[in-house]
Amino acid sequence: MLSLSPLEIEAVRLSLKVSLWAVGVSLPLGIAVAWLLARRDFPGKTILDALIHLPLVLPPVVIGYLLLLALGRRGPVGGWLYDTFGITVAFSWQGAAVAAAVMAFPLMVRAIRLSIEAIDTRLEQAARTLGAGPLDVFFSVTLPLTGSGIVVGVILAFARALGEFGATITFVSAIPGETTTLPIALYGLAQVPGQEGSAIRLVVLSVVIAFAAMFLSEIVARRVRRRIAGA
Amino acid sequence: MTLLVDIRKTLSPFVIDVRFGSPDGVTALFGKSGAGKTSIVQALAGLLTPDSGRIEIDGETLYDSAGGIDVPPEDRRIGYVFQDARLFPHMNVRRNLEYGSRRNRPTATGNPSFADVVDVLDIGDLLARQPHRLSGGERQRVAIGRALLSAPRLLLMDEPLAALDADRKWEIIPFIDRIRREFRTPIVYVSHAVDEILQIADTMVVIVDGGVAAAGPVDDIMNRPDLVRAAGDGNAGSVIPVRVERFDDAYGIAALSFDGGEFQVAAPGLKSGDRLRIRVRARDVSLATSRPRDVSVLNIFDGIVGTVSDGGQPQVDISVKVGGAVIWSQITRKSLDELGLSAGSKVFAMVKAVAIDRPAVGPQNDRPAVGPQNDRPAVGP
Repeated sequence: MLSLSPLEIEAVRLSLKVSLWAVGVSLPLGIAVAWLLARRDFPGKTILDALIHLPLVLPPVVIGYLLLLALGRRGPVGGWLYDTFGITVAFSWQGAAVAAAVMAFPLMVRAIRLSIEAIDTRLEQAARTLGAGPLDVFFSVTLPLTGSGIVVGVILAFARALGEFGATITFVSAIPGETTTLPIALYGLAQVPGQEGSAIRLVVLSVVIAFAAMFLSEIVARRVRRRIAGA
Repeated sequence: MTLLVDIRKTLSPFVIDVRFGSPDGVTALFGKSGAGKTSIVQALAGLLTPDSGRIEIDGETLYDSAGGIDVPPEDRRIGYVFQDARLFPHMNVRRNLEYGSRRNRPTATGNPSFADVVDVLDIGDLLARQPHRLSGGERQRVAIGRALLSAPRLLLMDEPLAALDADRKWEIIPFIDRIRREFRTPIVYVSHAVDEILQIADTMVVIVDGGVAAAGPVDDIMNRPDLVRAAGDGNAGSVIPVRVERFDDAYGIAALSFDGGEFQVAAPGLKSGDRLRIRVRARDVSLATSRPRDVSVLNIFDGIVGTVSDGGQPQVDISVKVGGAVIWSQITRKSLDELGLSAGSKVFAMVKAVAIDRPAVGPQNDRPAVGPQNDRPAVGP
């Protein structure tokens, strides 16, 4: 029971890889969008806000299908990517990461936006009078004080990405060694009679990873909170 | 330094329309809360854009609506001490202090060094602490240091003592006075408290309902009870330059000579020979038409009634000439009629020694000569 089968190792490895890439790549964009929504008024703000929240309210399968239409090799974006860079996102682990990122994005943006909104803009004004330009203020005051919100956003997004199934299987299908993340591998095993034991092992693995991630995030969150205690 | 301000801004429900100049030293913006003082300093700092007008410092234009100039706050080199310190919670005291100094090159005239500022403000023991571990007074001292270290050519202080209790307030005031003396940074100091202004400022601008009601040397304005009351401070009265003659240790009473006699006041800690100014609240001065006997009041002065201001209120302000000084007295209209006082009447002005306490005693300022900038400030249209 302690030693993992090659299939299990692969599922864990793929899950972590897909989720980490999904969160890592979307984080800067998430911070930028959260800041825009929290601090700026511009035409179309409501539409942007609604667009970002779509994955929360639409069935994941719909999102997966939309991704397939847009990013498939014949889709408007996918075709351009393929013609220009020779990149295919559909039916690859990168595609799984894109699906996970899109699904996790609203959660990430919400958490970071709340935390930016909680920052006293008067601190930013004080920084301006001390000689810091707007960009400088963002990196020296706003971003550090958003720390706890970013941690929460990353945890939520990572958890969502780890559990992502519907959009992933629709967009990139279940390709062994490429897109068989834990939930997809588990779904595959559950379809085959006599594989209950293997399925249970994946369930246990998922629980262990979830616990480990929560534990780690709690430590990080505590450290961030201590650093800006009194904020 | 010369500062010229001439701005208009509509902030519903009221309008700010001010024009004033400010020389070196400390200029107080004095007025009720809600009179527009904070908006004015925000405009100076570049945090609030006026609708129209001009702001100039040492000949450099910071804002000019006609010329389309609006220098952003980070390029104005104007330090700002906020009422609520606004220290960065994620940085310790040292990093807060260094925030501004790292982002500004020193001005040609030279700026206070880190060591000097830490020394003058006595914050050396706090450097490693996080802001939330500081008391209100400590926080404000650090905020002042942070602003000073950003090499400002002008320091704005927006009611920096308002959030502190009375004891803390009197702890900070000497520090502001030291900054004035040792770093010679010009300061625009916003306050609604006569006591603070008496301690700190040389020049004052009285702001009433978004406009300049009067401007000039502190001693002149303070001797206009009508102006001080219009600006919302009931502690109106006279400001009189004095010299400490003796100190009676047995009773803890100081004898202060002025141009017209000698005050006895119950204010400890005064040194013989010190030149000070004291504030005598008009409502602490009572009048008699014959020399009172057997009273506890220690200060009784012969005087002549100058003006009687009767605004139809139950109280009237009466100026009494005592030697070369003017002492204002506020009495009821009833007393005025019963005593039959009018301009030229001979009266005895009585001031209780306990009425002049420590907060009412301030330094005599080595005020710079009143230059052209000071004549220009006029009452707004």
